[in-house]
Amino acid sequence: MASRTKPHTSDAHLTTPTRLTGAEIIWATLVGEGVTDVFGYPGGAILPAYDALRKFPIHHTLVRHEQGAAHMADGYARASGKVGVAIATSGPGATNLITGIATAMLDSIPIVCITGNVSSKILGTDAFQEVDITGITLPVTKHNFLVNRAEDIAPALRHAFQIARSGRPGPVLVDITKDAQQASAIFDFAAAKPRPYRPHPMLKVEPSGLAHAAELIRDAKRPVILAGHGVMESGAMEQVRTLAERAQIPVALTLLGLGSFPASHPLNLGMMGMHGEAWVNHAIQEADLLIACGMRFDDRVTGSTSTYALKAKKIHIEVDPAEINKNIKVDVALVGDLRAVLEDLLPLVATRDGSAWLKTIDASKGAVAVRDIKNLPDSGHLYAAHVMHDLWRITGGDAIVATDVGQHQMWEAQYFHHEQPRTLITSGGLGTMGFALPAAIGAKTACPDKEVWVIAGDGGFQMTAAELSTIVQEGLNINIAIINNGYLGMVRQWQEFFYERNYEATPLVSPDFVKLADAHGICGRAVHSRAELADAVAEARSHNGPFLLNFMVEKEDAVYPMIPAGSALHEMIRRPGKSPIVESADDKL
Amino acid sequence: MTHTFIAYVEDMPGVLTRVASLFRRLNINIHSLTVGHSERPGLSRITIVCEASAEAGHRIRASLYKLENVVDVDDIAQAPSVTRELALIKVAATPKNRSQIFELAEVFRARIVDLAPESLMIEMTGVESKIEGLIQVLNEGEDRILEICRSGKMTMRRGHHTSRVLRAMGAAAEDNAESGTEPPENLEAGAAVEPQ
Repeated sequence: MASRTKPHTSDAHLTTPTRLTGAEIIWATLVGEGVTDVFGYPGGAILPAYDALRKFPIHHTLVRHEQGAAHMADGYARASGKVGVAIATSGPGATNLITGIATAMLDSIPIVCITGNVSSKILGTDAFQEVDITGITLPVTKHNFLVNRAEDIAPALRHAFQIARSGRPGPVLVDITKDAQQASAIFDFAAAKPRPYRPHPMLKVEPSGLAHAAELIRDAKRPVILAGHGVMESGAMEQVRTLAERAQIPVALTLLGLGSFPASHPLNLGMMGMHGEAWVNHAIQEADLLIACGMRFDDRVTGSTSTYALKAKKIHIEVDPAEINKNIKVDVALVGDLRAVLEDLLPLVATRDGSAWLKTIDASKGAVAVRDIKNLPDSGHLYAAHVMHDLWRITGGDAIVATDVGQHQMWEAQYFHHEQPRTLITSGGLGTMGFALPAAIGAKTACPDKEVWVIAGDGGFQMTAAELSTIVQEGLNINIAIINNGYLGMVRQWQEFFYERNYEATPLVSPDFVKLADAHGICGRAVHSRAELADAVAEARSHNGPFLLNFMVEKEDAVYPMIPAGSALHEMIRRPGKSPIVESADDKL
Repeated sequence: MTHTFIAYVEDMPGVLTRVASLFRRLNINIHSLTVGHSERPGLSRITIVCEASAEAGHRIRASLYKLENVVDVDDIAQAPSVTRELALIKVAATPKNRSQIFELAEVFRARIVDLAPESLMIEMTGVESKIEGLIQVLNEGEDRILEICRSGKMTMRRGHHTSRVLRAMGAAAEDNAESGTEPPENLEAGAAVEPQ
């Protein structure tokens, strides 16, 4: 960790209005907002800001590509709950951020991106490295600002932080022209405070709605709680748990909800949706009441909406009014902050006997149960499921895991059991390959004392592999597990199921990842069989510094169960009978 | 169904793009759009008319509110309201056939606002159907329309329900039932005069 401590300038400018350059105002405002770490890449239009950085107690992580900066800010925010900050120059620097911004937008992650732009006098002239980044990012940000005066920088940045973290969080971009950075203005942190936050005017939690919800819960025979990312964003883990325990309601989780309800809890069903276990999706289809908490009925969790949970009444507790009745029509909408709504609802909910319904679900589990894979005989093959399971077991489930997108992501969700919120960092909405490595760097920066693992496929890892140098430069102790099957696995799986095994453009040649790591000064090891797995993981964990494990797994394995896109939730492709990982209904345990 | 949204937005660069971009993203075509100053300093009033399903109204309104520069949104829907459009129509006219157009304009309560040797300009305010009526008659006659400029619809709820009152009442747009007293009959009739 090079030069983490820097010469502090006095904090006087935070309390006393002081004349500063625009560049200094950027950092001073960030310090005032509590920012300690930023991720960025310098360039001409942002150089004045970089020149002023040395005066402020902020650690800057130099990325290798601006997409990485946005993902790091995102991973930082997901792991810590704070606002992540990414910095880039104008033009290509700014456009490289976009995939990361869109990733944060789709998953409601609070980040602030600061870009430099050409001087205001030449804005709109197609100057060198000029691009209309506020125009470009308009649909993928919660809001953005174009600032061309030094005195507007602090108010815009403070407003950006307010927008990013309030209501349904999301990314905000602040584009600052070079002359605004070079000019000076009186910096008055307190006066730059944004107007009071205005909650969305259509939030609506009425006593009658709460009473109706309580009544539905009381009368339900087969209720299921659907817990999403909003549980974490709202900090409603305790409230959801209380509701589940008091009324004995099983909890199904979305991908981004994993960790918001302990995996080991007897009422935890597991992940719902396209790759959810059969009993989870069957429970939803059979339910007579769904209590959706901070989730948005995404198409990956509903399958076909026309056949989704037709027998169920639906209660939707959600902070974004635009999500109500968007995909699924609901019976009771409680539109507000989840935690606050549940605190109002809980006094109306009495204890309930849910044993009959829980027994029914348990029985349906029996027919399709995932065998406790640690007891499986070693067939000599290495399966990704084994890797996930053993990683989970060996790390005690305490590590922060950043996954990429694809098969390994779903296997991780199925076999790595998250007990704590903010321990799974994954791109759900946008499904951004290349996310894992930079997001893990952000997470490790936010939580330096936590064990952090990257789990990525051989495809996605190569999209942002350049950030290996960032790990080394920052001296970050991050472990990397590459699930290497020589294919773009999830696409290959779709080709196998839906395109007559026409494996077009999915076989993938990769470098020797261990040698690649070595070239970066990172130790690594290839793992070919399950017998070596535990030892390799132990070596990675005990090694002082980053470590890369290249897991050479079964090439044509598929993620089961799978609901084909647009099919009903119960019409899933089940595991083939003789899967070495999972028993079929007629196997004996 | 036809939706009419009234949005009060901050009067600053780029706000119209944000509003228009929302409709673009939802793949909804904007039929008409008018923007101008409102009774509230620093706020512009936008009237947006579009075609979308009945259920879409809620989501559009909620999404408009999510835009940082949007202060107030009202979905007029079927609520009692007054809607007007302004049209300027330039017609080829010589001294020979002018009088005929003058008569027509009078029937439609339109005004002649410019007169040139070969053309004249008609200004007309009214509901959409009335303006279309005039255009149709002009098209059917021998007169040649040279140019049409229409402002798009402007709409205001009847009664006291200014946006400020609506906001104070909270529920506003969802609850059209309590949207004030019905207008006196003669007023309504006057507003809807159709010449044919």
